[in-house]
Amino acid sequence: MIKLFEFTGRPFISIAEEFGRIMLLFLSASSWAFRPPFRFRIVFKQMESVGVNSVIVVLITAISSGMVLALQSYYGFRMFGGESLVGATVALSLTREIGPVFTALMVTGRAGSAMAAELGTMRVKEQIDALYAMSVNPVQFLIMPRIIAGILMLPILTILADFVGIIGGYFVGVELLNINSGIFMARIFEMVKLNDIVNGLIKSACFGLILSLVGCYKGFYTVGGAEGVGKAATQAVVISTVSIFIGDFFLTAVMF
Amino acid sequence: MIRLIKVCKSFGKQKVLVDLDLDIPPEKTTVILGQSGSGKSVILKHIIALMNPDSGQILVNGTDITRLNDKELNEIRKNFGMLFQDAALFDSMTVGENVAFPLKEHTRLSQKQIKTIVEEKLMQVGLKDVTQKMPAELSGGMRKRVGLARAIALDPKIILFDEPITGLDPIMSDAIDNLIIQTQQHTKATCVVITHNIESTFKIAHRIAILYEGKIVECGTPPEIEISAHPFVQRFINRKTKDSNCG
Ligand SMILES: Nc1ncnc2c1ncn2[C@@H]1O[C@H](COP(=O)(O)OP(=O)(O)OP(=O)(O)O)[C@@H](O)[C@H]1O
Ligand SMILES: [Mg+2]
Repeated sequence: MIKLFEFTGRPFISIAEEFGRIMLLFLSASSWAFRPPFRFRIVFKQMESVGVNSVIVVLITAISSGMVLALQSYYGFRMFGGESLVGATVALSLTREIGPVFTALMVTGRAGSAMAAELGTMRVKEQIDALYAMSVNPVQFLIMPRIIAGILMLPILTILADFVGIIGGYFVGVELLNINSGIFMARIFEMVKLNDIVNGLIKSACFGLILSLVGCYKGFYTVGGAEGVGKAATQAVVISTVSIFIGDFFLTAVMF
Repeated sequence: MIRLIKVCKSFGKQKVLVDLDLDIPPEKTTVILGQSGSGKSVILKHIIALMNPDSGQILVNGTDITRLNDKELNEIRKNFGMLFQDAALFDSMTVGENVAFPLKEHTRLSQKQIKTIVEEKLMQVGLKDVTQKMPAELSGGMRKRVGLARAIALDPKIILFDEPITGLDPIMSDAIDNLIIQTQQHTKATCVVITHNIESTFKIAHRIAILYEGKIVECGTPPEIEISAHPFVQRFINRKTKDSNCG
């Protein structure tokens, strides 16, 4: 019986432990954010790398989701003559959910895993030790800039995704399914409130924090050579993805 | 002055350092000899607090560095320069940026002054026209020398060299030995050198410490080591395996 508890309990304990250590890393990174030297150049470089790495996949995902949303909602609404609502439905789903979540998932796959691999390589090749040896704190030099870049870039990418997604929806709705373009747009402006957009962006900033923090955490504590680096990158993606979905539920519950 | 007192370190079941005592005199070059895998790199990492002993003390100028917090360690480490066994250059930076890194972080020198120092240090290790290259584009021996240039860039008071000449040709090895001697004399630095090369040891060492089975079994000046009665020391400096007979 006790064995059974042990067996089922252990994963939960290790999850709790891991969560605790991620939080500790977060605290130490945030305490470094307000201490000189400020590393604007590195932050900027990381923002560029998060953005450049991910912008194409984010745009492709967004435009296809917008188009699919338009198609699906059109078939639904047509049953009771509500075609005019297609635009608003597409826009609301995108700004509130699809934009932030899909963007975060795509960036996790590109930039989150890259962060884990990069820091993991630095760990196993003793470059992190070298930073310590040269009196440069690696949390401040490596982790803090990546987290800031994640928090700042995700909302920007999400705005792009929202915009492109709505264009995709417009193309399907107006050009292919012949919904009146004036009505399509009017309903969007009528139904989508600034709040929907802002809350979506707050969500995406939280996701940016999650994916960069988890990526850095997994990379920073990599052990076991090249194989360990591969594992760190994979685990970073898995943990970030799951955390983004769980976080999305709670954020949605609180916000809307 | 660096002093290790009763330092123990294990990795899992494997005991690497066992009640190790070692005194490293200031402004001198101390060479640590020992078999591959015996724990020489581990000793260096303890001296710069990249590893913490399971028990024991490590005094650097009288301060026990095993009890310091991150901030205090940061201050202490500013006195150090370290060459890692695998150089540990930053992959994402050019050679020039690597050598300039400690200068940029810890001095207020202008870009131009830094550039001059970087070129000078690279020249000293026999490298030129490499500042724009990435570490991945260099040979192993070249990387090591860049690591050496980075370690001495700030003219630190304490310099730790983990196998500075391993992987270099005999001529370059000799040049690096000379560089270590010159740097040490010039800056009055405390140098700790790990090497497997006996000839180089006797050339650069003021003191030699020999690590065997987790302890320093012999420590003294080169002439003292040469006449040591310890069987392992004799075998080691005369390159004899256990069973070979000198005849
Ligand atoms: N981070 C670590 N985790 C686990 N074991 C380690 C670690 N670092 C070193 N060891 C072990 O400690 C022992 C000593 O390692 P160390 O790197 O100090 O050897 P060394 O004397 O420098 O050898 P070499 O001359 O080959 O460089 C080795 O057996 C190694 O397996
Ligand atoms: Mg070694």
